[in-house]
Amino acid sequence: MSRAHTSGQKVAFLGATRGMGRALARQMAERGDALFLLGRDDEELARSASDLEARGAESVEHAHCDLEDPTSFGPALDAATEALGGLDTVVVTAGIFATQQALEEDSELLARLLRVDFTHSVLFCEQARRRLLAQGGGNLCVFSSVAGDRGRKPIVLYGASKAGLSRYLEGLDHRYRAEGLRVLTVKPGFVRTGMTAGLPEPPFAGDPEDVARSVLKAMDRGDAVVYAPAPWRAVMAVIRHLPRAVMRRVEF
Amino acid sequence: MTKRSKRGANGSRLSGWGRHSAPGSELKTENLERGSMDVPLSRGLGRSYGDSSLPPADKPVALNTTLADRILSFDTESGLLRAEAGLALAELNRLFLPRGWFTPVSPGTQYVTLGGMVAADVHGKNQHVDGDFGDHVTRLKMRVADGRVLWCGPEEHADLFFGSIGGMGLLGHILEVEFTMRRVPSQWIWQETERVPNIDAFEQALSAAAKDWPMTVGWIDCVAGGTSLGRGILMKGRWATASEAPKHAPRPKPRPRLPFDLPEWALGRLSVRAFNELYYRKHFRKETRGLVDPQSFFYPLDILRDWNRMYGRRGFTQWQGLLPRSAKSGAARRMLEILSARGGASFLAVIKDCDKAGVGTLSFPAPGITLALDIPMRDDTQALIDALNQQLLVEGGRIYLAKDSLTREEDFRAMEPRLEEFGRLREAWDPEHKLKSAQSIRLLGDSA
Ligand SMILES: Cc1cc2nc3c(=O)[nH]c(=O)nc-3n(C[C@H](O)[C@H](O)[C@H](O)COP(=O)(O)OP(=O)(O)OC[C@H]3O[C@@H](n4cnc5c(N)ncnc54)[C@H](O)[C@@H]3O)c2cc1C
Ligand SMILES: NC(=O)c1ccc[n+]([C@@H]2O[C@H](COP(=O)([O-])OP(=O)(O)OC[C@H]3O[C@@H](n4cnc5c(N)ncnc54)[C@H](OP(=O)(O)O)[C@@H]3O)[C@@H](O)[C@H]2O)c1
Repeated sequence: MSRAHTSGQKVAFLGATRGMGRALARQMAERGDALFLLGRDDEELARSASDLEARGAESVEHAHCDLEDPTSFGPALDAATEALGGLDTVVVTAGIFATQQALEEDSELLARLLRVDFTHSVLFCEQARRRLLAQGGGNLCVFSSVAGDRGRKPIVLYGASKAGLSRYLEGLDHRYRAEGLRVLTVKPGFVRTGMTAGLPEPPFAGDPEDVARSVLKAMDRGDAVVYAPAPWRAVMAVIRHLPRAVMRRVEF
Repeated sequence: MTKRSKRGANGSRLSGWGRHSAPGSELKTENLERGSMDVPLSRGLGRSYGDSSLPPADKPVALNTTLADRILSFDTESGLLRAEAGLALAELNRLFLPRGWFTPVSPGTQYVTLGGMVAADVHGKNQHVDGDFGDHVTRLKMRVADGRVLWCGPEEHADLFFGSIGGMGLLGHILEVEFTMRRVPSQWIWQETERVPNIDAFEQALSAAAKDWPMTVGWIDCVAGGTSLGRGILMKGRWATASEAPKHAPRPKPRPRLPFDLPEWALGRLSVRAFNELYYRKHFRKETRGLVDPQSFFYPLDILRDWNRMYGRRGFTQWQGLLPRSAKSGAARRMLEILSARGGASFLAVIKDCDKAGVGTLSFPAPGITLALDIPMRDDTQALIDALNQQLLVEGGRIYLAKDSLTREEDFRAMEPRLEEFGRLREAWDPEHKLKSAQSIRLLGDSA
């Protein structure tokens, strides 16, 4: 694979304010990438921009972009392209989570989660894809989840949204790689972030910094899929092959 | 997002570095302003030894600040830095040492948060020159008990500001910290060490070294007795000049984990004796001098992650007392005599002279000598701590709250005439004592 863009990339980043996005954006800033932040809360964006600048990024600008509002997507990506003077990479770590129980009890929450994590994520990626292709290609790095790999009791609904997202990203890779679009689907296992705070911790739980390191490596290599932390690749290989009769019985 | 740990609801426990635990769970969020609305206590990396960072029994939840770790501004001229309270010193060091900046004051571990450094008003090897961390803090953003979020500093809400420095989280939640970083000439330390034959010589050696060295500390072999009581190694250091230092940065060291709890006998008297003897002997030359990595100079214990597991399941405590200048000479010797008379095996003992009184209402340091003794939890540990405290009272000293788990309320009150003033601050800022900790219940008489 080509290692054309190992650093100094122009990156539009949706979700850098917290969690794995914060960790990944920091590592990008430290290696010299130019960042433009997209997100829903201007104050949070400004604070994260300051943090990235203190860590070595050149002046980091930001624009409003809310996954609940698709009309914000185009203008935000345009603002990023203009400020950066082009666009090499779009990263999406933004997303929401809710427990199976909460989603079963609250259909409004469910509708919102499906919108944010699937429909609107796809709409955002479509806008990003078009802009990247128009410039001859680039990286589209999107955080899906191991939850989308198999229908599992504790994450039926969230998992379904991530399954849809993963499948979409896989298709994009097949369809556009030849034109220079490098799509990276990130499948985190359990990672200690605000999203999972309070959930019981399974084996192989990881930290955002380690995930960020794996993602950067995978992106530079041009991989299509990365599991992080690494053991989750093997864990999911097993879970994907368990017979239905077993999946009906187990609680994971 | 703001979520409460489930484990708390069904019998989970939290513990400090000494592994002594209390029922409780953590609320963990990037957004301290939101997270601090309805919790009795904030905690950082839990490196205080005892129960300072453990929530009260009647409302057993603490705000864990470690996700709030953004640097909000840094002035490359003045070194003024503002950051969220959960930023770890380790991260600050990683980012700023290569650029020629260092924290003005560092404790003996870098796995502490800015909030914890303010709340305990931590001191380091440069106490005799630069005072404590609080001396370098210019402003704090706080959530106070009545729900307001406000900035305080020496000129705005000064009582809240000085009360919060060393106030162990009891006057408000620290959301942001602004302080002045220190420029350093290189990424290396010039260190000289010497063997010191006994405790009396130690006191003299420390005060002699204080004149020429910006950083000093002593490690004491607590096992040696008789005329060797309190023998040890004195370490003196300063930042190496740009011309002395190698051009390359120190190489980061791997940090192996201690993967399991050691059985209790492992740190019994014999092994502690052997360790201390070895350490003293290993230092076989009377003196050493040379360039060292700041990591091993400031944070020798950080090399082994989770080293507190060494003490087994029951854990350990640290007794750290300040022996003020007003104490009669030989005070440090008298403390060590109590330790050895009671057979208290201390794996690690540290001695340091202080020359500055902290700015905080309850800051621990003041001119004098501080002694810190790691003590495994055994059935007789309470009695040992009581005996040390009785002697400390005679010497007119006080204990360091960030290390304490066993001091009795009546002893603490007798040591701390400043409690009256601190009580007035709490009346002013938190009359209902919404903010409290397991420690404030134990030592300040807060209701449980
Ligand atoms: C190996 C080792 C060496 C050490 N060496 C030294 C030393 O040389 N000098 C020294 O002074 N100390 C030393 N310490 C003690 C340590 O520096 C202090 O206990 C420090 O407070 C720990 O920081 P933390 O972030 O872990 O805080 P925690 O232990 O989590 O909390 C400590 C206290 O600070 C309060 N607090 C924390 N964050 C906030 C906040 N945001 N707002 C309000 N209150 C808050 C807590 O309520 C608690 O009372 C050492 C500890 C260890 C384990
Ligand atoms: N943590 C895990 O264990 C885990 C496991 C598998 C997959 N994942 C996936 O990995 C991704 C990152 O997870 P994380 O744990 O890092 O999450 P996180 O800490 O909760 O961070 C989520 C990020 O998404 C942003 N966001 C949420 N809703 C948004 C909206 N409507 N518009 C714009 N931005 C929005 C947040 O911005 P604000 O600051 O504005 O809130 C925040 O930056 C998610 O897609 C998640 O589903 C996580």
